[in-house]
Amino acid sequence: MIPASRHRLAAIAVIVIGLLAVLGVRLWFLQIDNKKTYVSLSAQDRLRTIVEPATRGEILDDTGQPMVQNASALVVSVNMAVVGQQANSSAELSSLAKVLGISDQAMKDRVRLCTVGVKPPCWQGSPYQPIPVAQNVSDQVALQILENKTQFPGVTANTQPVTSYPQPIGSAAAQMLGYLQPITQQEMENLKVPVTGFAADDLVGQSGLEAQYDKELRGTVGVDQVSVNAAGQVTSTIKNTKPQPGDDLVTSINSKLQVATEQILGNAVQSAQAANPDANSGAAVVMTTTGRIVAMASYPTYNPSVWSGGISQAEFKNLFGTGNGEPILERVTQGQYNPGSTFKVTTLAAGIKWGDSLYGSYNCPASLSVDGHTFDNDFGNGGAMSLHQALVLSCDTVFYNIGYQIWQHDHPNDNTVTSPKAPIQFEQKVEMEFGFGKSTGIDLPDEDVGTIPTREWLYYFWKDNAHNGQNWCKYGKANGSYVQQIEFDDCKYGNVWEPGQAIIASIGQGYVSVTPLQLADAYAAIANGGTLYSPRIGEEVISQSGKVEQKITPPVVGRAPASPQTMAYIRSALQGVVTSGTAAGTFGGFPLGQVCVAGKTGTAQVFGKNSTSVFASFAPCNNPKYVVVVMIPDAGLGADFSGPAVRNIWDALYGLQGQKAALPGGRLPKVPFINYTGQIVTTNPSPSPKPSSTPSAGTGATGGGG
Amino acid sequence: MAGPKLSGATRRRAATGSVVNRADFRGPAARDAAYRGLPPIRSLGGRDRIGFGRSSRRGVWRRLLDIGGRIFGRGSPLRQMDWILLAAVLALAAIGVMLIWASTDPNRTSAADPFLTKQVVSLGIGLALMAAVSMLDYRQLKLYSPIVLTVSCLGLLAVLTPLGSVVNGAKSWISLPGGFQIEPSEYAKLSIILVGAMILSNVPPGEQRPSVRAVAKAIGLCAIPLVLVVAEPDLGVTILMLALLIGMIALSGVKLRWLCVLVVVGVAGLVAVSELHLLKSYQVSRLTSFLHPSADPRGTGYSAYQSKIAIGSGGLRGSGLFHGPLVAGNFVPEQHTDFIFSVAGEELGFLGSLLIIGLLGVVLLRAFRIAQNADDQFGMLVAAGVTIWFAVQSFINIGMTIGIMPVTGLPLPFVSYGGSAIFADMIAIGCLQCVYRRRSVFAS
Repeated sequence: MIPASRHRLAAIAVIVIGLLAVLGVRLWFLQIDNKKTYVSLSAQDRLRTIVEPATRGEILDDTGQPMVQNASALVVSVNMAVVGQQANSSAELSSLAKVLGISDQAMKDRVRLCTVGVKPPCWQGSPYQPIPVAQNVSDQVALQILENKTQFPGVTANTQPVTSYPQPIGSAAAQMLGYLQPITQQEMENLKVPVTGFAADDLVGQSGLEAQYDKELRGTVGVDQVSVNAAGQVTSTIKNTKPQPGDDLVTSINSKLQVATEQILGNAVQSAQAANPDANSGAAVVMTTTGRIVAMASYPTYNPSVWSGGISQAEFKNLFGTGNGEPILERVTQGQYNPGSTFKVTTLAAGIKWGDSLYGSYNCPASLSVDGHTFDNDFGNGGAMSLHQALVLSCDTVFYNIGYQIWQHDHPNDNTVTSPKAPIQFEQKVEMEFGFGKSTGIDLPDEDVGTIPTREWLYYFWKDNAHNGQNWCKYGKANGSYVQQIEFDDCKYGNVWEPGQAIIASIGQGYVSVTPLQLADAYAAIANGGTLYSPRIGEEVISQSGKVEQKITPPVVGRAPASPQTMAYIRSALQGVVTSGTAAGTFGGFPLGQVCVAGKTGTAQVFGKNSTSVFASFAPCNNPKYVVVVMIPDAGLGADFSGPAVRNIWDALYGLQGQKAALPGGRLPKVPFINYTGQIVTTNPSPSPKPSSTPSAGTGATGGGG
Repeated sequence: MAGPKLSGATRRRAATGSVVNRADFRGPAARDAAYRGLPPIRSLGGRDRIGFGRSSRRGVWRRLLDIGGRIFGRGSPLRQMDWILLAAVLALAAIGVMLIWASTDPNRTSAADPFLTKQVVSLGIGLALMAAVSMLDYRQLKLYSPIVLTVSCLGLLAVLTPLGSVVNGAKSWISLPGGFQIEPSEYAKLSIILVGAMILSNVPPGEQRPSVRAVAKAIGLCAIPLVLVVAEPDLGVTILMLALLIGMIALSGVKLRWLCVLVVVGVAGLVAVSELHLLKSYQVSRLTSFLHPSADPRGTGYSAYQSKIAIGSGGLRGSGLFHGPLVAGNFVPEQHTDFIFSVAGEELGFLGSLLIIGLLGVVLLRAFRIAQNADDQFGMLVAAGVTIWFAVQSFINIGMTIGIMPVTGLPLPFVSYGGSAIFADMIAIGCLQCVYRRRSVFAS
């Protein structure tokens, strides 16, 4: 062989070995180093996940009647991203309209997007999401569509969960029930839910019980994992998990009473509106003295079915806008109002704890003057009286004095607040022990806490508004309008716990604000002897097979800061309010002999507005089972608007004056259950043989869950 | 290889490093003939002829046994084959058959997978062709090479006529009645090796390298099939043929500066091709898309991307034969032909892939030994040409399945499905075998 050839042959051999080595190294890189990447890419290639939504659980009232109904229904959807690309898309839509039995125009209206200038009906959702054009179609119609895939490209018929709201309970409890909306990417991340757990159009509870119990109600979606070939055809099913329907939530809400309460509240607000056009909202709550919510109404309300299939801009504005009183608000937990004189019970408890005598004599002058300010009594000079009478007649100056006296001696050096760590005032501490100024912990999201003007609160209030926020120092004027004078004053002395604030806080005005629920909860504690509960609407979570997954009992969260003796004294005084005090007129003719109602009126003066009309009550007097509270802001006297509403609610509850009792004898119905066939067994309150009696402790709350 | 006993004179010559071959042992005449580069009269192991010349009265069976004895008996050409080479080729072919089966009938549903059957039949024919070629004296190949060139060029011409059928954008097949297809370009590769070797081995007496005229002649002759392949157009075969031509010219011993000129001209040609837009757009995208496979995973880069996924997901041991999910879903197009290696990668894993590369390495190294030990320049060039062919084609093929080479239509030798390729591959192995039989004994 030629020598040159020999060398070159060797060179080529080296090159070839090098090439083989390159292949080996590259294979190592792909198959060993990056195996994970390619295994997951391989899975992406050939595995498809089909999510089948689960039927959402229902929200039931105390007898098992649904307040929110969820059912699977055949829904025909049009994917406009596909249909729009067809040459004859309008012909396709009109033949689909024919199949569905609707007009061409109706079809066009349903699939058009709600853009600027397009008035509903139109599609609110994403243009890439299939648009439901017909719900609850028959099997025949669905088959007709499914069998003509070539005629109807982009049109699907499948079972989807459909939510409906039986009326009138649906509207009566709208805010409490909450609403569902498609889950957003943001929510998926925030909720940390697995992305595969939700189809893009899966609904999630956005407020109310739907949000609070979303996890239980939602159920588990079914996941079909199939393998496909390169052409996209399904070759086999790898995993098939059936959707698990969500659990039902049994609540202690009594539908009859809820509907009645909502109507009564609505009438009360409307009658307040007749007297004062600014009155446009209110809240009412009925709960047991053991912390179970039986009814809670917020006015104005709305029909929650507006949320189904995407809400229109106008509806959205109506729900969230202040122009219509923000119907979206659950005012029982989100309304914050001055409690007015209903707050005097806490001032009384504070005074007794401070060392005042429960049985002493208290002066009820026409006014109290402190630091050049005069604080008037509502009805002039009342002379000397007992605390019982002070509550019955609602004498302000008695409670002014209690507040002023505590102010004078309760860490006076700390009244100029320079740090958030300043000690809480004695009286405000008692108020907080009644549950005010903090969350009750009810099973509803976004509860507001009201305001108890502690020194800490005052410090931050001043910090936040002296130069920021309301910016008192900028807008305040020494000799400007009344508001400007206050602002000028607040700029300088906003961090001072002034005697004037302490005095009006004693009658539930000034900085003090409470939610109707907090007020009801505190009155429940007074009524039951001092136990403070965290209220609950939910009673049980039951699975579709009837298993009780969760029993919900209102937890005890504290004790009212008053001795049993003081409690009994207050209860007796509140009974006097109704028989001979500020509410006597309101309850004139009420069969108190059958059901003894005790309560307190409240008329909280609000600067620039009408008074907030408040009434807090419980019954029966000697063995209280229920608490009813109504608050109507910007209305007028407590005895004029809230009082009658409360009276009517008691009437509806016990069925005293020709009305049918919602809870005959004041007994709660048995908790409904799901029997072996999967049917909900509804229970009816058993008629009481002696509706007028006040049964011994415990029997009235049968099935209340303890 | 244990050689026969050597005479003292031969030993001495061996010690001086001269080329010695078996002809040395058979008298001065043969030796002289060998030195003159002429074919000596063959005389092997006492039996002087192959064929059916001897008449017999002992019946057909006896005669058949006799033939069998000659083919497989002591001293028969088959007995003197490179068995390691053959074993490696058979192992590759067997793996190929299994992979083809796994990729065309992953669920083993049909009683007889037509691809499997066809490939086994092709292999049988291929082995027969290999045996037949290996029994030739390789110097006879010189005589056949013009015929091979002419026939394959005619085939390539026929492809360009309406007889040719278009597959994947290239007209490279002739459809025959009965569902058979011939791919003439496979044989054109062979013809380049044979013709190139024939011309380039013609070293003038006293010279160390072929004449420039011979090199030019080789280029001129090889240009005919090359141009025809470019016309198809079959990019992979074009690249392969250029590599063969340049490689063989380099091995023929031409001066380095000529080689440089050749490479420069080649590069200039490639630049011209890309600048003058001689390539079709699908070819350009095929050639460049492997650089960014995920940029357009559903378009031109699809095959390469899917193939990479299949191979990468195989991991160390793979999913097991018949158990590759991507194979079952037919995700890699042409997975039984050009992309057969992706099936190996997914189902046999890193170990199985290395086994295939290792077996190819054995084939290539044996082929190198054969080239190194070849009796003369022609034998060396034939063997080296075959080596370059398999090496370049294997690298381009496996390289494209793992994303380091552009996608071209070259099958994996011995493994991919396809009759024409198997026949051509086996004939090439036959060529190697007959060069091997007349090897020099003491070469390095």
